[in-house]
Amino acid sequence: MLSQIISEWPEFATYYNLVFLAKAAGTTLALSALGVILGSILGLALAVARTTRGLALVPLRALAFTFTEIFRRVPFLVTLMLTFFIFQMFFADTSLFIVAAVTTTLIAAAFLSEIIRGGLNSVHRNQWEAAETMNFSLLQTIRYVILPQAWRLILPPAFGFFILFIKDTALASQIGVVELTYAGKVLNNKGFSPALAFGAVLVIYFVISYPLARLGAALEARLASSRHHRP
Amino acid sequence: MSYVLQYGQIWPYLPRLLDGALLSIQIAVLAFCGGLLIGTACAAVKSFGPRWLAAIVGVYVTFFINTPQLVQIYFLYFALPDSGILLSSYNAVVLGMTLNAGAYLTEIQRAGFESARRSELEAAEVLGFSRLQQIRYVILPHVAQVLFPPLSNHFIIMTLGTSMAAVFGVEELTGEALNINALTFRSIEVFSITAGIYVVLTLVASVLLALFGRFAFRARMRIA
Repeated sequence: MLSQIISEWPEFATYYNLVFLAKAAGTTLALSALGVILGSILGLALAVARTTRGLALVPLRALAFTFTEIFRRVPFLVTLMLTFFIFQMFFADTSLFIVAAVTTTLIAAAFLSEIIRGGLNSVHRNQWEAAETMNFSLLQTIRYVILPQAWRLILPPAFGFFILFIKDTALASQIGVVELTYAGKVLNNKGFSPALAFGAVLVIYFVISYPLARLGAALEARLASSRHHRP
Repeated sequence: MSYVLQYGQIWPYLPRLLDGALLSIQIAVLAFCGGLLIGTACAAVKSFGPRWLAAIVGVYVTFFINTPQLVQIYFLYFALPDSGILLSSYNAVVLGMTLNAGAYLTEIQRAGFESARRSELEAAEVLGFSRLQQIRYVILPHVAQVLFPPLSNHFIIMTLGTSMAAVFGVEELTGEALNINALTFRSIEVFSITAGIYVVLTLVASVLLALFGRFAFRARMRIA
């Protein structure tokens, strides 16, 4: 396997192949970053919807609960296929990247809403009641009282989810989005040995994911310790 | 542009989907058990083993955690035949998922091992517990209670991860869904039913695991 890789390497490491791989890596990052950014907005909305009280808003809470439970319990591939075929049925000329980005947004929203809800719930009940006493609306309470305290708890696991999600987007290759895994398949089809094509893709994923994982660990240590040391 | 949902055409194929679901569970259980063995051994090495062995285990864990499971299985399935190792698609998927799970379960269990506190062990020693009694009555109950929730959570994640096998042509739940989609062209119907089966499957698994964890290890677990 190794001698084969060495003999193919000069042909593999050409300018156009490397540009192709770099662009594919960019697509992978864009897909996961877009999913996490849009997903955290939607996820925050879902988490806030679930903290509402009162009988009138029961349907809203039920809806938010159902959304999170469904998208956390359906595999990425099945959600992707479902989104893909729904788009094919009604908006057939949508680009595949957008279909994949919608899928990542939906899934990220479900997972992130749980992380955000955990953060919101971690703020002591007294803080919520004090804000209510001072006549803050729910949105004001969350904006001025809860989020400034909760973000330290939300950010580390949300960043961890982002790193996991980079690897999950490999499945977007199944509908033909040209991201890293798909690039590996293309290079393999061009005649490079699978060990070289997929090996290179594995290495690129590692180069993206490992520094981010280290950054996440540092972030967690820093935020967690600053939380403990606060007076 | 209207689309009429016709679930009627899918019902005859429901038994195939359920057979696929059984295969999904089978893959998840096999890979989880294999991963648990690897994970326990590697976590023990990382916590108590010699430094050079811990470094090797560290490389394995870091590599498998930082690359996608799909590409790992691609590598096993397409690249290994070049060096004479031919895996069937089913074996490649199970092996890939086992190796991947081994890495994640190593990290989970290492955290669990470290949660056994020094002071607890010393208290047990003062009370005259033998080494075996310490393990049986102090370490294991504590570690099991701490470890059970994250382990069962990872099992649910792996159950969802088995859908990857469809990419390699294994006819588990997602694979059967793709087959039935090709036969009937009722894509939205097939995949929504498949999604429903996955939701029911993982919900039942979550409830059973939570009940078991509560009675066996007094582990506090949320289902939703």
